[in-house]
Amino acid sequence: MSLTLDEVRHIAQLARLKLTPAEEERYASQLSDILDHVQRLQSVDTAHLPPTSSVLPMAAPLRPDEARPSTPRQALLSNAPSVDEGMFQVPPVLGPDR
Amino acid sequence: MPTPDYLSLTEAAALLRSGDVSSVELTRSYLDRINALDDQIHAFLALTPELALQQAEAADHRFAKWRDAGGEPPPAICGVPTAVKDVLCVDGVQATAGSKILEGYHPTYTATSVARLIHQGIVVLGKTNTDEFAMGSSTENSAYGPTHNPWDTSRVPGGSSGGSAAAVAAGFAPLALGSDTGGSIRQPAAFCGVTGIKPSYGRVSRYGLIAYGSSLDSVGALAGTAADLGPVFTAMAGHDPLDSTSLRAPVPDLTSETSDLSRLAIGVPDEYFIDGLQESIAQAVRTAVDVMKDLGATIKTISLPHTDLALPVYYLVAPSEASANLARFDGVRFGPRSEADSLLESYLETRGNLFGPEVKRRIMLGTYALSAGYYDAYYGQAQRVRTLIKHDFDQAFERVDAIACPITPTTAFTIGGHGDDPLSMYLEDVFTLPANLAGVPGLAFPVGFDAEGLPIGMQLLGAPLNEPTLFRAAQAYQSVTAWHKEHPAL
Repeated sequence: MSLTLDEVRHIAQLARLKLTPAEEERYASQLSDILDHVQRLQSVDTAHLPPTSSVLPMAAPLRPDEARPSTPRQALLSNAPSVDEGMFQVPPVLGPDR
Repeated sequence: MPTPDYLSLTEAAALLRSGDVSSVELTRSYLDRINALDDQIHAFLALTPELALQQAEAADHRFAKWRDAGGEPPPAICGVPTAVKDVLCVDGVQATAGSKILEGYHPTYTATSVARLIHQGIVVLGKTNTDEFAMGSSTENSAYGPTHNPWDTSRVPGGSSGGSAAAVAAGFAPLALGSDTGGSIRQPAAFCGVTGIKPSYGRVSRYGLIAYGSSLDSVGALAGTAADLGPVFTAMAGHDPLDSTSLRAPVPDLTSETSDLSRLAIGVPDEYFIDGLQESIAQAVRTAVDVMKDLGATIKTISLPHTDLALPVYYLVAPSEASANLARFDGVRFGPRSEADSLLESYLETRGNLFGPEVKRRIMLGTYALSAGYYDAYYGQAQRVRTLIKHDFDQAFERVDAIACPITPTTAFTIGGHGDDPLSMYLEDVFTLPANLAGVPGLAFPVGFDAEGLPIGMQLLGAPLNEPTLFRAAQAYQSVTAWHKEHPAL
């Protein structure tokens, strides 16, 4: 199963990962090898099987709808690279030209 | 009094309780040893001497109060110096998960598993090295350099809890905490000749564990012996409202004095004794099983027929979950950010620059497996095959109480030994992955050495929540053997 460079670029964009051209080539080849290996799962008959998302019975446990203290804002901001007026500061969403 | 180089947790705890040594003295002697020898090993990414001495003083105070006023003695692990894998958060102490994308990150909370141990009086010596985001089987994927195996420093300690395993093996700490998603406690325990517990999924809270694969991650610990780990497990385990996947089941006490294993049925699975398994490992495991038979256990050959599907299932499920879990690392709320003109560019640059190659590979694999048009063929199919793997264990545990099998196909390989071939590294995990996919507990312990003097480990796997059986069998084994008393000459 061979991934094309276009496919690798598409995946990288979805995953928000900037890759160098050398990385694109290397990952195309390595990911293709790994996908070859996992191909063998296709031959397993699973039509009658339920999927296992978790080994435990999944039921989101509920609690009473009561307000409780939350993490202080200062703590939440303390690790950010850039903070302004009590908010996380980011580069312009649409870029500098728009 | 001078502290011997290698004290087990049980021995250290006895000395603390008898007052022969204080926690402050013990802590200082471990810190001195680390400072003298860790540049050969690189088990630690950071030491926390001020925090450690503060906690040691508090522990000594608890012992003093008890000696003066009587009453309940301090907990078994009070005052015990402990190393913490750098994927577990400790409030105010840098946590990197072995990655540059979390360089400088100081958590504002402590993982529940660690907090419970701190409450019982452990002393945090520092954070240990790990493969980046726990993705790896050698600790070579750490962005901060590899850890060296104390038995042979040209070799890996295993991974991803390589720093923790090496710390215990090198006598840098009698106890180290780790995590196991595909074998990351058991495999380094095997390579370093120490004992490690991967609890049942849901048994120990994952709150404060930097997530890799949420349906697979398990917090656990490493020490010299199973007896050492009993009180640690009991302290860490149990329901946590902060982890919606944590179980409400009561936590058992694991102390076991017996060496009588009659009424214990141990299964040995055919599928683990394959051609690729190093002969000395197969021998050592079979010999260990014979020891348990001599102690009264009944040995049965069993089959786990879908064992060879565990690798492809894991390398679809784990990366898929990781691609979701690592989406939060965007340079906005924690960690460094790469310069960029737009928000999108800053995501692309930050993640592209600051994630290492193995992490990027797994994120991309997961993104692909979950993407439109491929989800059902890859991730969906993997989830359905996972059901078969879990079912293999359910069926086996109807016939036996525990499964005994090898942990690794070979003993510790050399640093750089797998070159640039990710798939060959993934094959290291073939014997450990099934337990994570099925959510069952595994206890790893040393059962011998190969011709080069490298440790060999064996694991006992149990039904979910059956840690008591695993501990009983391992403690019995360790009461009549001495592999766990061997130490590397550093």
